[in-house]
Amino acid sequence: MLPEAIEAMTEQLGRVGNASSLHAAGREVRKVVEEARETIADALGARPSEVVFTSGGTEADNLAIKGLFWARRPRKRVLLSSVEHHAALDSAAWLADSQGAQVELLEVDEQGRVHPDTLRAAIARDPGDVAMISIMWANNEVGTVQPVQALAAVAGDHGIPFHSDAVQAIGQLPVSFAESGADALTLTGHKIGGPMGAGALLLARGVTPVSVQHGGGQERDVRSGTLDAPAIAGFAAAVRTAVKEQREHFLRLTGLRDELIDRVRRAVPDVVLNGDPVDRLPGNAHFSFPGCEGDALLMLLDARGIECSTGSACSAGVAQPSHVLLAMGAEAAAARGSLRFTLGHTSTHDDIDRLIEVLPAVVERARRAGLS
Amino acid sequence: MKLRVLAAMSGGVDSAVAAARIAEAGHDVTGVHLALSANPQSHRTGARGCCTVEDSRDARRAADVIGIPFYIWDMAERFQRDVVEDFVAEYAAGRTPNPCLRCNEKIKFEAVLDRALALGFDAVATGHHAKVVDGVLSRSVDPGKDQSYVLGVLTREQLSHAIFPLGESTKAEVRVEAAERGLTVADKPDSHDICFIADGDTQGFLAKRLGSAEGPIVDERGAVVGSHQGAHGYTVGQRKGLHIDRPAADGRPRYVLSIEPVSNTVTVGPRAALEVTSITCVRPLWNGPSAQQDVTVQLRAHGEVYGCRFEERDGALVIDLDRPATGVAAGQAAVLYSGSTVIGSATIDSAA
Repeated sequence: MLPEAIEAMTEQLGRVGNASSLHAAGREVRKVVEEARETIADALGARPSEVVFTSGGTEADNLAIKGLFWARRPRKRVLLSSVEHHAALDSAAWLADSQGAQVELLEVDEQGRVHPDTLRAAIARDPGDVAMISIMWANNEVGTVQPVQALAAVAGDHGIPFHSDAVQAIGQLPVSFAESGADALTLTGHKIGGPMGAGALLLARGVTPVSVQHGGGQERDVRSGTLDAPAIAGFAAAVRTAVKEQREHFLRLTGLRDELIDRVRRAVPDVVLNGDPVDRLPGNAHFSFPGCEGDALLMLLDARGIECSTGSACSAGVAQPSHVLLAMGAEAAAARGSLRFTLGHTSTHDDIDRLIEVLPAVVERARRAGLS
Repeated sequence: MKLRVLAAMSGGVDSAVAAARIAEAGHDVTGVHLALSANPQSHRTGARGCCTVEDSRDARRAADVIGIPFYIWDMAERFQRDVVEDFVAEYAAGRTPNPCLRCNEKIKFEAVLDRALALGFDAVATGHHAKVVDGVLSRSVDPGKDQSYVLGVLTREQLSHAIFPLGESTKAEVRVEAAERGLTVADKPDSHDICFIADGDTQGFLAKRLGSAEGPIVDERGAVVGSHQGAHGYTVGQRKGLHIDRPAADGRPRYVLSIEPVSNTVTVGPRAALEVTSITCVRPLWNGPSAQQDVTVQLRAHGEVYGCRFEERDGALVIDLDRPATGVAAGQAAVLYSGSTVIGSATIDSAA
C-alpha cells in the first residue's frame, strides 16, 4: 500500500461511529467518508454525488451490469467486449442463464481492441432492445487500451447506458469520468496502492441501476451496507496520489516496459508480444512463448525469484487458455504458453537484468518439458 | 544430498505429511496438485472420489502450512486417455482393470515424473504407504494400508526417481503427525473406490459408457440359465446380482467364472470351479532383486498372498500357486514378492 493510504486508513481505525448515525461520532465518520468521496470525484472528473462506494471492482461490475439490465427491462440485449474481466463476463453470463438476457460478446481485433464500428453494427441489429453496454477501459491481461470515449459516444447516440471497468486504468492512464462519456465506471483500491475491500462505481446522475444487495440504501439507495470508513479513507488517499503521479508514473514505466519488451525479444527471438505495442497499459508486457506451458515458465521463474502471472485461473486453479487471447484469435496452445510481466512502482532496470539473465534457460527448460 | 523434489499433493493427509517430511529433511520441495477431472465437483461427498475443488484447496493450504511453493498441474486429458478410457476398454474386453495402478504407472510416475525431470526436479514424492530404498520397492510397515501392490508395476527407472516418505509409519501415526504439524487434513476420511466414479456406481458408469446388450448367462456345460444386459457388468468371482431364475442342480450358489465379451456371454458355476492354481500372465516386469525361493504373489489390491513358483515361457509368466485362489480376474496385476520386497509384476491373462 502507498504510505499515504496507510496513513489515511490507520488514522481512522481507532475511531468509533457509523457514517449513517446521527450522533457526533457518526458525524465525524461521515465527514471522513464524504471527504473521501470528494477527493475521488475531484481526481477522476466526477461529481461527489456520482461516487457510489462498493467493496471493490467485482461488486461494482455486478451492480453496473445486473443493475442496469434490470433497470432497463424489458430490453434484453447486453453487449460486452469478448475480453472483459470475469467479474463482468460472469455477471452477464448469469443474466443470460437465469434472467432472460441476450448477451452478445463484441469481437476484438488481433490486439484485443473493440472498434466503434463493431459496436455500432451490433447495436444497429436491434437498437431498441439493448439494455446496457460494458467495455473495459484497458485489458488486465494484454494491456490494450480501448477507445472508450468513441465507444461511449456510439452508445450515447442511442441513449444506451455505457459502463466501463477502469480498474486497470486508474493511475496508469488519464481517466476523466465526465470526458469519457461513460454512464458508469468501475474502480478499485488495491490496484492503485489502496486497501483491499474498497472500490467504487461512478454513476452519472440520472443513471439508476436496480440494487443487487438490499438494506439501508446507504449509497444513493443503490448500494446498501455499512460503509468501511477507514478503508474508504485509504482508498481515497490512494486515488489522489495515483492520479497526481499518473503522468510521471506513465512515462517512467513506459520506458522500462519498452526496455523489457526489447530485451525479451532479443533473448527469446521467437517470442510473441500480445496486445497493442504502443497503446497499452504502461506497466504491462504480455508474451506468448511458443512450445512452452505458461505454468512451467511461471514455476521456473518463481523458483528464481521472478514473479509473473499466466492469465486467469479458474476456480479449481487449473490454468485455462485465456479467453482474452482466444478472442484475439490465438490458438489454444499459444494461449497456454503465455505470461504477463507487470511493472510497478518498485520495478527497476535491475529487475529486468535479472529476468533477462535467467529467461533463456528457463524457456529452454520449459520447452523441453513441453505441453502436457 | 539436497534434492529438488516434486511432491504430489492430493489434498489428503498422507501426501501432506509426506511433503512435510521431505521438506523437513532439507530438500527443496515444490507441491503439485494434479487436476485429473476437467469438470471437478466442488466438494467431496464422504470418502468417495477425489480431485474436487475442495481437495485442491486442502492441498494448497497444506503447502502453505509446510511453507513450500504450490502449483496445480492439469493432467485431465492424460488421465482421461490413459486411465479412464483404458478402464472402459478393459471392461469392454472382458477384463477387470485396476485404475489406481494404471494411474501410478501412466500419470504419477510417467506424465508427472517426465515433466518434473524435464523441469529440473530429481524425484517425485507421494504419500503412498510403501517403501522404496535405493530404487527397491517393499511393503509398508502398516499391513492394512500397504500400497506396494499398486506400485508394483513401476519400472526400475521410475522407482529410482520415486520417494515414499511414509513407508516406515502406520496410518495412525501419520494422522497423529499431521495433527501435530497443524495440517488440518489430519482427520479427513480416507478415499476409497474409484476416484472418477464419484457416486461409486461402477456398473452404472460402465453401462453409460458401453451401453447395454442382452446376452446369455450359461453354466459350465453351456446350458443357458439366464440373461444379462451387458457382460461388462460382471466380474470374475461375483455372486450377487446374477438374477438367475433356475437354481443350480445341486442347489449351491453360483459365481461368475468367466466373461466372454465377443459373444457377450457370462459363464457361471459353483465356487469350486473358481479355484485356480495356475495363472498365466503377460508383460512381465522385473523391477526388484532376483529371487526364486520363498516367493509370494498378490493377485489384487489388499488381497491375500500365496506362496508360488514361477517361470517365464515365451514372454509369458506362468505362476503356480501353493494353494488354490478364487476370483482371479484377467486384467489385474500379479505382484511377486520375496518377503516384503517386490521383485516383479505382470498382468493376469488367464487362470486354471
